[in-house]
Amino acid sequence: MGTKTLRIYLITRFLQYVLVIFLGLTLVFFIPRLLPQDPIRAIIGQFQQQGAGLDAKTVETMVATFQELFGLSGSLLTQYVSFWKRVLTLDFGPSFFQFPTPVSQLIRRFLPWTLGLMLSSTIAAWLLGNVVGGIAGYFSQKRWAKFLDTLATVIRPMPHYVFGLVLLILFAYLWKIFPLGGGTSIGKTPSFTIASFLDILRHSFLPALTMVTLNGTAWYHQMRLLVQNVKNEDFVRHAKFGGVHTWRLVSQYVIRNAMLPQVTGLALSIGQIYSAAIIVEIVFSYPGLGTLLFEAISRADYNLIMGIAAISIFMVSTLVLIVDLCYPLLDPRIRYK
Amino acid sequence: MGTLRELFQDYRFTLGFTFLSALVILAFLSFFSPYDPVKWLQVPRDMPPSWPHILGTNSKGQDVFWEATFAIRNSLIIAFIAALLSRIIATVVGLLAGYKGGIADQILMFLTDGILILPLIMMLVLVASVMKGQLSLVGLGILLAFFGWPWDARTIRSQVLSLREQTFTQTAILSGKNVLSLVFGEYMPHITPLLLSTVLSNMTWSISSEITLAILGLSKLETPTLGTMLYWALRRQALLLGYWWWIMTPIILTLVLLVGLYFISVSLCEYMDPRSRLQRATME
Repeated sequence: MGTKTLRIYLITRFLQYVLVIFLGLTLVFFIPRLLPQDPIRAIIGQFQQQGAGLDAKTVETMVATFQELFGLSGSLLTQYVSFWKRVLTLDFGPSFFQFPTPVSQLIRRFLPWTLGLMLSSTIAAWLLGNVVGGIAGYFSQKRWAKFLDTLATVIRPMPHYVFGLVLLILFAYLWKIFPLGGGTSIGKTPSFTIASFLDILRHSFLPALTMVTLNGTAWYHQMRLLVQNVKNEDFVRHAKFGGVHTWRLVSQYVIRNAMLPQVTGLALSIGQIYSAAIIVEIVFSYPGLGTLLFEAISRADYNLIMGIAAISIFMVSTLVLIVDLCYPLLDPRIRYK
Repeated sequence: MGTLRELFQDYRFTLGFTFLSALVILAFLSFFSPYDPVKWLQVPRDMPPSWPHILGTNSKGQDVFWEATFAIRNSLIIAFIAALLSRIIATVVGLLAGYKGGIADQILMFLTDGILILPLIMMLVLVASVMKGQLSLVGLGILLAFFGWPWDARTIRSQVLSLREQTFTQTAILSGKNVLSLVFGEYMPHITPLLLSTVLSNMTWSISSEITLAILGLSKLETPTLGTMLYWALRRQALLLGYWWWIMTPIILTLVLLVGLYFISVSLCEYMDPRSRLQRATME
């Protein structure tokens, strides 16, 4: 019986994974094609704005070249098929703004930074928010718990960009204890030495702090609400009257049970967390996909934008799948039923 | 009236209400602005706050105070359109999925979760980068509405699921009420308060998303919004040049607006918590 429930769970999750990627990439394919504006004309328009004098014939040749390059020639169906071919072979053609470097190579260089920032800050925010929120929810009548509540309520609605900018102004412009941006000091490349590690840590601190603070307060709030419901349930009351020690009660009985919805919540919010990471990177010109995307947009690098969009969908869906696969490890009902 | 008095006892509601009213008044002041918000070089440039330019002037030769009144107005308009439209989608999807159940529910929830899981910023960027500079306030509102509904559709669905289990649903069905009048006549009153509080949280989300798109240079940059004001200040290096009045104005206004909206929505949410509502209803 047990393995059967588990198998059904795993199969549905995996199907969902494949379907979401399919849906997402199909959207990526169709959105630019459904819009009233032609991306190629937009790019050429931008060239002209920047002062390039182009005659009608040159424009025609450029349109043809771009159509070839972007996979925009032929019928919609052939375009769609060749789009999938490009995605599956991770070949998004050359980038414009660093011509002729392939898009996939650029992404490979910037991706680890985004992953590192996002994973470390997400795990820290989730754990911190849940533990503090759980304890504050259990002792919700205490004065410090109420203070934490007010603090979280003020911080939580701030947008990532603005909060990051405020930290940057405070701790890099006014009180110069952190660098203005970047991933390493100028002229240094990351290497496996302690000095290099500390340098990266110093550059990552403010972006990570932005992510941990804003996402952490969201987890804190949700956990607090969950715990306030769980702590009034019969089994908690029985355990309390049975003489279970308070800290054991809070950690093993209350927080443990309230944690499960938070795992589902984590899976559902990874897309939003990713979007936030992209924005935070731009504030601090952190050398990840966000900064790359910013460059791609400002230079109208269509191939690069498509490449980043496709990779983002792959990455986010895979992370969601991983979190979903961890769920049975935590929920005994799925494991043992 | 009793409801309002009860709400004002919560300091968060009072504070949020005050913040929001002040900003709405500022937004209305834009109708009396002596300057055109789009034109450049109307006043001396880069002046620190002084009379008559109480918040100084920027490097584009605009009065920061009057520019800000337009920014708030436009940001509120975008947020309002986005919130309104996305509420309609969320309600339809949530009611349909929750009431119909079965295959319809599974398909709708797959779509909802799918959109929720996708990195929305990429979708917004894709649309906006093709529409570069063409998106009007309404266009931007519609774009944000298109991606802003999934979370609340889920909330409404779970609310409907619990309503469906209650006896009044059985009574209504057995007494021959049709589905439409059951869903709209009986369920809507339960869902409306929930919808109202999600309007505010969705506006918060829309305002943040607008800022993101503006920072990326993807919205119509001539139109003053909180996002584009910030964009120009950063683009013209207000930070390095020390024009604090220019960059701090959109930052502080955004924070006041979002904190105000959030305070009201949290306070409303607590007030309308389904459990306490049901308790109150059964006691009556």
